[in-house]
Amino acid sequence: MTSIATDLPVARESRLPNWLPRVGVGRLLAHLALLFLVVVWTLPIAGLLVSSFRDPDQLAVSGWWTALTAGRVQEAARLPRATEQAEEAGRFVIRGNLLGANTDRQIATFGPTNATLRANEPGATVAMPAGGEITVEADGAYLWTSPTAFTHTTGPRIYYVAEIPPQFTLENYFTVLTTNGIGRSFINSLTVALPATIISVVVAAFAAYALAWMRFPGRTLLVVAVVGLIVVPLQLALIPVLRLYNNVAGLFGVDGKGYFGVWLAHTGFGIPLTVYLLRNYMAGLPREIMESARIDGASHFQIFVTLVLPLSIPAVASISIFQFLWIWNDLLVALVFLGAQDDQVVLTGRLINLLGAYGDRWELLTAGAFVSITVPLIVFFSLQRYFVRGLLAGSVK
Amino acid sequence: MIGQVLYAASMVAFAVALLFGYFWGANWLLDRMLATTPAMAGEAITRRDSLRTRIRPWIFLAPTLFFLAVFLIYPIIETFRLSLFDRLGQNFIWFANYSWAWNDATFRQSAFNNLAWLIVVPALSTGFGLLIAVLADRLWWGGLAKTLVFMPMAISFVGAAVIWRFVYAYRGPDMAQIGILNAFVTWLGYPPQVWLQIPLVNSFLLMVILVWIQTGFAMVILSAALRGIPQETIEAARIDGAGEVRIFFTIMIPQIATTILVVWTTITIHVLKVFDIVYAMTNGENQTQVLGNLMYRWTFIAGDSGRGATIAIVILLAVTPIMIWNIRRARAAEGTG
Repeated sequence: MTSIATDLPVARESRLPNWLPRVGVGRLLAHLALLFLVVVWTLPIAGLLVSSFRDPDQLAVSGWWTALTAGRVQEAARLPRATEQAEEAGRFVIRGNLLGANTDRQIATFGPTNATLRANEPGATVAMPAGGEITVEADGAYLWTSPTAFTHTTGPRIYYVAEIPPQFTLENYFTVLTTNGIGRSFINSLTVALPATIISVVVAAFAAYALAWMRFPGRTLLVVAVVGLIVVPLQLALIPVLRLYNNVAGLFGVDGKGYFGVWLAHTGFGIPLTVYLLRNYMAGLPREIMESARIDGASHFQIFVTLVLPLSIPAVASISIFQFLWIWNDLLVALVFLGAQDDQVVLTGRLINLLGAYGDRWELLTAGAFVSITVPLIVFFSLQRYFVRGLLAGSVK
Repeated sequence: MIGQVLYAASMVAFAVALLFGYFWGANWLLDRMLATTPAMAGEAITRRDSLRTRIRPWIFLAPTLFFLAVFLIYPIIETFRLSLFDRLGQNFIWFANYSWAWNDATFRQSAFNNLAWLIVVPALSTGFGLLIAVLADRLWWGGLAKTLVFMPMAISFVGAAVIWRFVYAYRGPDMAQIGILNAFVTWLGYPPQVWLQIPLVNSFLLMVILVWIQTGFAMVILSAALRGIPQETIEAARIDGAGEVRIFFTIMIPQIATTILVVWTTITIHVLKVFDIVYAMTNGENQTQVLGNLMYRWTFIAGDSGRGATIAIVILLAVTPIMIWNIRRARAAEGTG
């Protein structure tokens, strides 16, 4: 995706002096507008990525955009009862640490009531409603003193705002991959997508060649049928195909849901588009090559395997990528044609289950979602050229 | 885990072997059975040659025809048949399912929502796609911008649903917001909202997800079309003193009108089939139901194949005009090529 052609007109404009200021402002606006759009488009994924590495406690209380600054939480701690007091130099003293062993946290502000929790900086001394006065240090250590003996039976609370330094962890990934079954589903998704992609592309390639270069009655009709079937909604096929599967499986006494059925279903639903795209590409290959091969006595099978297939590698690559991504990202087909047991649930299905069970556990959801999109993103970034080419082949003819 | 990996690998090998076995074996068999030798009579050679030529296309096509027949053509007929039967597919009830659909409030709601999706999503995706394509082609970092906008295309609808549920996440007004939309709203001084429970707004927010995904598609296609515009037409307009905006609307847009239409209809098809996003985000609650999800509910949750099939047929009818248009374009392309 390079831009060469469209740089020309701008260079021309800048030679016209009376246009200069207008172009300058226009350019700046263009930069800003595009920047704005790109930021809007990127932010949601950035949020997912950042959140998946954050500490679950911080994730739950602060926005992901604050991940690099210290997080703040409002908390309360109960002070000990009067029995904990000691007498030191004529004063009664209770000591302790509000933050316990959590040493990386810091007290930002504190107060004896919920309303005053932002009123005092660490190190300040505050009068307690239960009697005496308390000093809280930044590390959470407190000293509660009183000239008279403490008599309270339940400890009063101290309210405070604690600062948590940014923490990043791989633990979320570890958790979803092992205990939440995302790792298992990753394998399941591969088990669905790889064979289904290979079957559909190979089957489609042969048909595409026949429709592009072989002469037989009904060819045009078949091409038209393929084009028409591209847009048939998936929803239409669900009930009949599922019933068919159950009937066939019943004959053999096996379960109608399983990998074999999903491969065939994905191949079937994807075949019109794959055939159509590959045929368009193959039809564009130079006729002379085929004809000279025919004259040399090669059969269509030999021409296809030794000439057309190698020449069609770019198109085959694009379409394989598309088919693979489509199957990897699919939910509906897997939901209908695969079982719900652990060794069959694909990534999309598992994510849906996670959403239902842990709708608010964002550390699990973001890490799970990111695992599910890693493969598409790797495919996308490494093979973007083919991806774009495939899209263009499908739409502009 | 290891077992599953081995299973997947062996299945890939099995699929490849099966396909290779079929295509190679069938062709070999054909050449073998109808082989010609110089010793044969000239007439017999010609007959065998022509027979081979006539049979071979069908060897190439047979698997595809099988898939088309079993997974698309048969289901269309069978789904239509089921739509005329009751919930278990036993009693013929004429068009009772269709009149149910016509009078059912949820169905109407879903159809109305689909209509809204049909207008909003293609319009916004195409509009933003065009805008970004035009801007990106003029700026030195346009390539990077396009890659970033295009990226959501690779993500599943379910993944996108998780991403956007996080964007729309809600926390009580006295808590720090973790969803960026509510954080923005509270930063502006307004109270946070439970976005996915506000009728109409929630549907629009679901549409935003599909726009987010499809804009990259529109952008790539339209960017290619814009590059295809003959530079002379733009130069000529510029010499005549037309401004950039005017050139865009009067010179560029008309020349890529067909492509815009193609992009629009392609996105329309995606919209009509939309299921995953609604299923994952709201499951049709709070008036966000769409036909794709309603069909799933009636078929697989309520177990009523008649009504499910009816909704599927309605979706098919909705894509039919696009189907016809596609066929016409394909026939025209066949004619010229």
